[in-house]
Amino acid sequence: MRITQGTFSYLPDLSREQIAAQINYCLEQGWAVSIEYTDDPHPRNTYWEMFGMPMFDIQDAAGVMVEVDRALSEFPEYYIKVNAFDSTHGWETVRLSFIINRPGEEPGFRLDRLEAEGRTIRYSTHTYAGQNPAGARYGRGETA
Amino acid sequence: MAETGKQHPPPAGDEARYDLAALYEASDIEAALACLNAEMIGLEPVKTRVREIAALLLVEKLRNDAGLQADPPALHMSFTGNPGTGKTTVARLMADILKKLGYVRKGHLVAVTRDDLVGEFIGHTAPKTREVIKKAMGGVLFIDEAYYLYRPENERDYGKEAIEILLQAMENNRDDLVVIFAGYEEQMERFFSSNPGLRSRVAHHIEFPDYDDQELYRIAELMLGHMQYRLSGEAEEALRDYIHRRRQQPGFANARSIRNALDRCRMRQAKRLFEQRQRSLSATELATIEAEDLLASRVFDETGENR
Repeated sequence: MRITQGTFSYLPDLSREQIAAQINYCLEQGWAVSIEYTDDPHPRNTYWEMFGMPMFDIQDAAGVMVEVDRALSEFPEYYIKVNAFDSTHGWETVRLSFIINRPGEEPGFRLDRLEAEGRTIRYSTHTYAGQNPAGARYGRGETA
Repeated sequence: MAETGKQHPPPAGDEARYDLAALYEASDIEAALACLNAEMIGLEPVKTRVREIAALLLVEKLRNDAGLQADPPALHMSFTGNPGTGKTTVARLMADILKKLGYVRKGHLVAVTRDDLVGEFIGHTAPKTREVIKKAMGGVLFIDEAYYLYRPENERDYGKEAIEILLQAMENNRDDLVVIFAGYEEQMERFFSSNPGLRSRVAHHIEFPDYDDQELYRIAELMLGHMQYRLSGEAEEALRDYIHRRRQQPGFANARSIRNALDRCRMRQAKRLFEQRQRSLSATELATIEAEDLLASRVFDETGENR
């Protein structure tokens, strides 16, 4: 199941040129671009690992693409996203965030129903990938 | 028709005409070259070389449009010359020219020295150098006193690592990065001869000659003009005398020394005016530098009169 988090996630995967063009747009707006990765696809997993520091003072997308390429080669089977942070007073938040890499196979989610007191039902989202320990979730050839 | 065409194949694209003048105008580098001529006093060999490089890049662009294949021109340069001869300023103009010709995308200049590239402990250099390279991408990386990067007397010096990473970036990111190495001529010569990999990748060497007295005087005039000051008659004489004396002294850094001298001179002028604060001052007085503002300089002390 293809997870849809962030901008462009309903579109086909972005090509390298398209990623560079989006990053260029971010830099033109004066936003600081950063890269994050994770292998926990749960929607409530807001805190992904940072891949290096947020990149301030970069003028051209080629500079960010160096890090993008490093992240892709280091974590080919992880989710990787690019964030663009706007430090303008009053915003001070991420303005654009999009996934640039996802594992080859995304097993998706299961909905658990817990029957509580009376007729109450509590729901929880269970990720199949999360059954394996972190770091061994999407490795090729490894099974649950 | 087809047969005659085969017998005498016309050179590809001979019909099409390529308009160098139009490209020159469209690229707007005339403004940058005019700026080079107006703002930079003297430096004739530098101006000639910059114009040559600009012409080469312009023609190369046209050849590309005509479909003539050639390796993309090598753009990395080395600027050699004594301090204060305008290396950084010309580098900035060069970045502008390269941008207008479309050889770099952003045209900004990132000026660094050894400290910005070389780390303090093992494993610190690579990320530090990479960080600087990332910032310079799409523009020009200007490495001042580049010869400090290589210290043959210490074989564990991290400078070597920085050079290697730099070389890698110059090779892999050819379209994204132009590097300019700057420094004193002799040391740069030694630097390049001990790093043949670098030398072969640096295509353009530009030498910056020292200024003579007359050129330094014109530079001083230009600086004062920018700061909206003018010299009185005697002050002009004093300035000529000052320049002549200053260049004999140790630590003379061409235009940089002149700039510093003028800054001190402004301070003395302000002090002189402040001491006369009882009366009101005219705009001319506020803008004029008198001979005494210059003559108070330490440079004139050397004669021994005030010692």
